[in-house]
Amino acid sequence: MTKKVAKPLEPTEIKAKLLAKYPPKVARKRAKQIMINEALENDTPEITANVRTIPGIITMRGCTYAGCKGVIMGPTRDIVNLVHGPIGCSFYAWLTRRNQTDPGPEGPDGENFMTYAFSTDMQDQDIIFGGEKKLAAAIQEAYDLFHPKSIAVFATCPVGLIGDDIHTVSRQMKEKFGDCNVYAFSCEGYKGVSQSAGHHIANNQVFRHIVGENNDPIEGKYKISLLGEYNIGGDGFEIDRIFKKCGITNVATFSGNSTYKQFASAHQADLNAVMCHRSINYVADMMETKFGIPWIKVNFIGAKATAKSLRKIAAYFEDQELIDRVEAVIAEEMPDVEAAAAEVMPHTEGKTAMMFVGGSRAHHYQELFKEMGMRTISAGYEFAHRDDYEGRRVIPTIEIDADSRNIEEIEVSADPTRYNPRKTAEAMQILEEKGLKFKDYAGLAPDMDPGTLVIDDLNQYEAEKLVELMKPDIFCAGIKEKFSIQKLGVPMKQLHSYDSGGPYAGFKGAINFYHEIDRLVSSKVWSYMKAPWQENPQLSASYVWE
Amino acid sequence: MLLRHTPKEISERKALTINPAKTCQPIGAMYAALGIHGCLPHSHGSQGCCAYHRSALTRHYKEPISAATSSFTEGASVFGGQANLMQAFTNIFAVYNPEVIAVHTTCLSETIGDDIPQIRKKAIAEGKIPEGKYVISASTPSYVGSHVTGFSNMVKAMTEVAEPTGKKNGKVNLIPGWVEPCDMEELKRLTKLMGIKTIMFPDTSGVLNAPLTGEYKMFPDGGTTIAELKSTGDSIGTIALGEWCSGDAARQLDKQHKVPCSVLDMPFGLKATDRFIDALRTVAGVSVPEEIMVERGQLVDLISDMHQYFYHKKVALVGDPDQVIAMTEFLVSIDMCPVHIVTGTPGKKFEKRIKEITASMPFEVNVKAKGDFFLLHQWMKNEPVDLLISNTYGKYIARDEDVPFIRWGFPILDRQGHQYFPTVGYKGGLRLLEKILTALLDRKDRDDTEMKFELVL
Repeated sequence: MTKKVAKPLEPTEIKAKLLAKYPPKVARKRAKQIMINEALENDTPEITANVRTIPGIITMRGCTYAGCKGVIMGPTRDIVNLVHGPIGCSFYAWLTRRNQTDPGPEGPDGENFMTYAFSTDMQDQDIIFGGEKKLAAAIQEAYDLFHPKSIAVFATCPVGLIGDDIHTVSRQMKEKFGDCNVYAFSCEGYKGVSQSAGHHIANNQVFRHIVGENNDPIEGKYKISLLGEYNIGGDGFEIDRIFKKCGITNVATFSGNSTYKQFASAHQADLNAVMCHRSINYVADMMETKFGIPWIKVNFIGAKATAKSLRKIAAYFEDQELIDRVEAVIAEEMPDVEAAAAEVMPHTEGKTAMMFVGGSRAHHYQELFKEMGMRTISAGYEFAHRDDYEGRRVIPTIEIDADSRNIEEIEVSADPTRYNPRKTAEAMQILEEKGLKFKDYAGLAPDMDPGTLVIDDLNQYEAEKLVELMKPDIFCAGIKEKFSIQKLGVPMKQLHSYDSGGPYAGFKGAINFYHEIDRLVSSKVWSYMKAPWQENPQLSASYVWE
Repeated sequence: MLLRHTPKEISERKALTINPAKTCQPIGAMYAALGIHGCLPHSHGSQGCCAYHRSALTRHYKEPISAATSSFTEGASVFGGQANLMQAFTNIFAVYNPEVIAVHTTCLSETIGDDIPQIRKKAIAEGKIPEGKYVISASTPSYVGSHVTGFSNMVKAMTEVAEPTGKKNGKVNLIPGWVEPCDMEELKRLTKLMGIKTIMFPDTSGVLNAPLTGEYKMFPDGGTTIAELKSTGDSIGTIALGEWCSGDAARQLDKQHKVPCSVLDMPFGLKATDRFIDALRTVAGVSVPEEIMVERGQLVDLISDMHQYFYHKKVALVGDPDQVIAMTEFLVSIDMCPVHIVTGTPGKKFEKRIKEITASMPFEVNVKAKGDFFLLHQWMKNEPVDLLISNTYGKYIARDEDVPFIRWGFPILDRQGHQYFPTVGYKGGLRLLEKILTALLDRKDRDDTEMKFELVL
């Protein structure tokens, strides 16, 4: 008897099945956010992204506050991050993102507020009579207790509604203290449609209030800043290790394991290297306009991607010493990586993955899976914009809707004294011709195979359906999705906080990731779903003991 | 040091909370709602609230937490969230088809004044809620009380479902409070042993400790059914565990449907469990079976065996009011000395209760309702302790001060097992004692000199 093998479903059939259960209005909207990839050079089909989540549909998304306080500002260790609002928002963002930090020994440079949660804990009388006085008092108490160099204030939902002027309160306190930079973020959770608006708001205020504040010279031959790397599970530590080995000076990381001084000195870098395009491209653009620092997209997720990114940085500096050093480092690091890949390959090759995270990770991590011989059959972002899928060339054609229009775009012009184009237009042109693209991100879609499914703002129902229909060997998303996927008997890897693992960036990170995925896809536990009597259910009347 | 900026000197703080010992109402409402069978909790606010609550509950219970949100945008925040909630009802019933939607509010929807009962009425009138399906709702403003208040408010909302028939059902309503799914299982085991029929609500056992079978059930087999909730108005009485978590719901059933109630402490430790069993016996008119007598005797035996290690050891304790009151009593009952006690939830009655329970202690107690971990840490710097008991956040203090540490309460983010091993009842008491002794003796074994290191302890 031959077993019938079900024919794999066509992408169009899968898309139809994902939409079948939805009310017509929902189906129409979701259809535009599910794209069957054609991955044709410069002819990527259009996807709808950065639009509202439909009420009642169980989304993976968070809010603007989470993007601003949680993602961008959270990892900076020596700023007192004071949340103005009821207690919850501060509580949930307290140490939950696994941003690792090395504050060094205690002392003036060893400030570390990462382990603290600060809140005004607004009560009903603050909502009724306004919370400005309480906010000012809380800032004062934080200042008296800790004397930090900087206090950042974050608005939660009710603050905007009751009209507390957090910016004026912050400015007044800053003037009062004289030695403490106080500023505020209007990052109420209801703004925008996802975390993305919060990234933008954080970028604006960091640029406006911190970048450029420190003119004490930063020494280094090849000075760069790393933008959009949050040191989850120690990723930033691994990237810094590699930079150091190559002789590259990292002036500032935005914002993993960072300090106020790093941000304040960021205008002194000669190149901005952008990891997570979605969360940080605004600062990169603004620094280019104001200080003349060009930016390039890099990716340190994946050993080959790491090597490629290092080569891009070396190419930018056009210095043979650096180019040689980078090649030597790559040559030194790769044998261990290749050995690890060879070790896991027998278990991972040919297996399939899905990933739905962030605004870059669902793209970056495909590199690592590729290095293990695994295929990504569906991917998408939680809070990306069209350019993250289709590339920055589509930016001029993106329609600005009401939700995006409400997020401030700051007008930036060249700094009268400090604007210093790092390279002439001609030099940039020559580098571009050699293949070093500035201010460019091609997006996720061109790197995915034809016929794969690219899905924006994937939700609980679609995730379950996708796993059922496409049966991936591993699914990657966040903590909220982890256990519903695993109940289906499919291993799930968190790519926001990495469960308890990491680092996965750079060369050593790649080795960690290969082993972790090998563990997940090879774990015996997935074979225990059925008890022996379920595998072989026929009843026998009664067995006689022999 | 991890908490290197915490000074020993205590200065008064009027506006600034540092390292909170509480979180906000909606997460409690979400946890409670998961204890109704076939229920989808719904957060009426911006989608970040729902994401944060789901993440926190998932990290603690290590189970899928399904909950929907009204996904407020700036427009909804200005014009009200009615349209969002109506749309959510339609989508939820079409896509997930739960038996019940339990709506809770947020600081956002409360500040703008959305009236959920009115929106529900409109939804029913417009046919958006299918026949036989239920929508319950609780008002849970984040700027009042704490996560415990939100839990209590949602449990109280469950009593709205009660539909007395006029005929008693012979059952006892049991309101367990915010305890682990395994604690709820243990409470059911105890009542079953006593031969008492109960309706327990909420009941997260079988929901948040569900098996791994290769099948995902969005609505797992556990949870209190709507039929049971309807029947709560016909019960002979209600036993509510924990004034803060369960008292309001019990009194509501009494007020609305004349179901008499006793509000007890949560049955952690010997004495509180004694009172629980005694109350059950009285309400149901049964005698206590031998099995339970044996369990009690075993707990007393273990207290006696371990007493030498516990006597006059100082403890710092952080948690939610109902749990902390019972735990304080338990610690005092085994001659330990809980000297620093903090809960984040406001309420003067808490401080009064703690002072009563600790009155006989040879040390003065530091106690604060609406306190925080920062204050507790400062107290510990001034008067060191032998043991810290709190949720996971206490580990930073424990490491800095080098104090043995037991994780107990919510949330526990870095250890597992709390979903499976109960700490309520006599058997739960055994587990608590084991945890305390292990923490103290592991520390002794670590610190003893080679000369003093002993095989037999």
